[in-house]
Amino acid sequence: MAKQFMKGNDAIIVGALAAGCRAYYGYPITPASEVAHAAALHFPALGGVFIQAESEVSAINMVYGTAGMGIRTMTASSSPGFSLKQEGLSYCAGAELPCVVVNIVRGGPGLGNIAPEQADYFQITKGGGHGNYRLIALAPNGAQEMCDLTMKAFELADKYRNPACIMADGITGQMMEVVDIPKGVTDLPDHSEWSVTGEPETSGNLVSSIVLDPHDLEDHNLKLDAKYKEIMANEVIFEEYKTEDADLIVVAYGVVSRIVYSTVDMARKQGLKVGLLRPITLWPFPTEVIARLAGTASQFLAVELSTGQMVEDVQLAVNGKVPVHFYGRCGGVVPGSKELLDEFTKIMEGVTQS
Amino acid sequence: MKTFEKSNGFYQVFERKSGPAKEATHYCPGCGHGNVHKMIAESMEELGLTKRTVFVSPVGCSVFGYYYFDCGNFQAAHGRAAAVATAVKRTNPDAIVISYQGDGDLAAIGTAETIHAANRGENITVFFVNNAIYGMTGGQMAPTTMIGQRSATTPLGRKADIHGNPIRMCEMLATLPAPTYIERVAIGHSKHIMKARKAIKKALRIQAEGKGYSFVEIVSACPTGWKMDPVASRDWLVNDMLKVFPLGVFKDEGDNLDDDSWKRHFEPFDKDKVDVYLDRMKSAVGEVEPTVLPKDLNCKFAGFGGQGILTLGLFLSQIGMRGGHHVSWFPAYGPEMRGGTANCSVNLSTNRIGTPLVDHPNVLVVMNQPSLDLFEKDVVDGGTIIIDSTVVEGTADTKRLNVVTIPASDIADEVGTPKVANVVILGALVAATDAFTPEFCESTLRAIIKKKSLIDMNMEAFRRGYDFVKNS
Repeated sequence: MAKQFMKGNDAIIVGALAAGCRAYYGYPITPASEVAHAAALHFPALGGVFIQAESEVSAINMVYGTAGMGIRTMTASSSPGFSLKQEGLSYCAGAELPCVVVNIVRGGPGLGNIAPEQADYFQITKGGGHGNYRLIALAPNGAQEMCDLTMKAFELADKYRNPACIMADGITGQMMEVVDIPKGVTDLPDHSEWSVTGEPETSGNLVSSIVLDPHDLEDHNLKLDAKYKEIMANEVIFEEYKTEDADLIVVAYGVVSRIVYSTVDMARKQGLKVGLLRPITLWPFPTEVIARLAGTASQFLAVELSTGQMVEDVQLAVNGKVPVHFYGRCGGVVPGSKELLDEFTKIMEGVTQS
Repeated sequence: MKTFEKSNGFYQVFERKSGPAKEATHYCPGCGHGNVHKMIAESMEELGLTKRTVFVSPVGCSVFGYYYFDCGNFQAAHGRAAAVATAVKRTNPDAIVISYQGDGDLAAIGTAETIHAANRGENITVFFVNNAIYGMTGGQMAPTTMIGQRSATTPLGRKADIHGNPIRMCEMLATLPAPTYIERVAIGHSKHIMKARKAIKKALRIQAEGKGYSFVEIVSACPTGWKMDPVASRDWLVNDMLKVFPLGVFKDEGDNLDDDSWKRHFEPFDKDKVDVYLDRMKSAVGEVEPTVLPKDLNCKFAGFGGQGILTLGLFLSQIGMRGGHHVSWFPAYGPEMRGGTANCSVNLSTNRIGTPLVDHPNVLVVMNQPSLDLFEKDVVDGGTIIIDSTVVEGTADTKRLNVVTIPASDIADEVGTPKVANVVILGALVAATDAFTPEFCESTLRAIIKKKSLIDMNMEAFRRGYDFVKNS
């Protein structure tokens, strides 16, 4: 196996190249710029396209162009830039264009700072732009997954003709780990039925999100909704760590889940029955497994780098069966494992209120 | 009855159009779009381009370009047509890509996309229909609305000091070096129309010949938006608008360029090529038998920027990777970076690594005083602290910790450069922890140090650090 020690942000581009992505459009922003740096180096070297666009808005609309040709394409940014891409993502979803967009989330709101946060959960998992649509959202927690889940994102985007998002953070992006470098995919889907490529065989096709007649647009929305229900039924990915006998289930994703692995081990050494449920797809959310665990665990705790966003989905899944607690740090403050252990202990001793 | 003789560049029946009239356009009487559409369709056909044309129509009255043109069609977001067109052309350089835009779209909400596509010299053709009004949204002021012209948002007429002056896009774009061809024409009298037809065809030919960016502005009437009848509209266009928007060629480099001088390169996915390329990214350390790590290392390395702190972490990480272990490296990120200090966290483990952040290291390296003051208390009991005593005066709690003081910077100077102080420290670390054999570290460093002329110095630095600890 070919291995390299690399940054998570670089591993995204390795995964993209292996997935057959041929065009990258981006705009510089910390802490996502390394993704663009890697793309600028590797895409032209392999005969692909790299353009540093004049804006985030332009970059996502370039993605719309290449995606409309049925060719794998991507962009990456960080929170303020991702906000700007929401218009284009809505058009991509409306026109059913497969593409991948990476958000290396930073502290907000507004200009905020460049430190890690997870406060873009709402704008990634709940639609974000205008209209009824969803992004398929994947949350890697290490460099290998930055690569592998980028490949998965391309696969899902193509399978469902929908944009897919990689939601990561500054730590997962900047951290270096050992990555098994993948081989290129063996086949790419044929999109000639709907794509507009500039070749005669697709000259009868139209890439569009405009549907003037209200009944037709309702039908279009219902078709999208049926697709989203199919994704929810088939594409949920999660990881369980020591949940079988856990009294307290901690729900955490991305870099926080890495910290929670350590804290769960520390807690277990102290005899506390704690387990981790880690959503890998944030949308579709692992609702069913949480509902199942709500039948065996006595309490839940959502830990996030936010003031409480994913916790709402945990509450919906638990549906009032057992208490759901929340612990969040934000602004770029990342809790240490001892800090979390204190929180686990308090909850299990019944000290904090839900 | 057909409304006009259709070119084969058009669909013969407009099936995508809503309503019963499937052979007429949706445009108002006297609107210039119909004329411009016809000229484009005819030019596409005459040049034999129709079937490989991609027509991008953004928001505005021309959003329905796909009703009419018998080619590949994209509908784009307001103002974004030039970005979409750029991507289409770059991803298939053999496509003929037309961006058809109105004044609000091209010169207001899409100004940035317009200018930058032109500035990159994208080999696309932009047809800019300037009718000095927002038509589809109901007659609001456009960036090209004339001074004094009334609109829904300038009910008393456009005033320069309040609303700004009409923008002249041809003149503006002609200041850029990249565009090949820029001309302004009009749908006014028949001689204007003859010139417009020529310009439209020429612009498409320039693209087909691979000669770069072509831009044709077509001054055109909007009787509905202007609240005039078609004849009065034409007269106002000719007598008033053309004074502000003079017709003419603003740039024409077509004859000075070779064919395909703006040809872009694109290759589709080739698995074999990608596999070869990705394989070249693999680490130079190669594959060896896994080593035995006596215990997990949770390291924090701290010092001033420029001392090679981050590189020290990278060297140890790659030794760990070669040994077959789980490894993470994370640079200080955020407030800790202030004050010119640098630090990084490195974990080496036989098991999966949880948090990559090392709050409580079992190995701490300090190469400046503030780092000692800041991090000593965090080291776990029985942990190792390595102090560069050339730089740091103090020492650490020898009862609680295994303290190694080594004049690493002095040793590095003796070796030949202060830059290898970090490698002296690495040698000391390996000796103090017995995490690896020195030979294993040295062969790894030989593989990963890119500048071969520096290898000998690094070998000596490592060995000096290693021996210093082992012999003390």
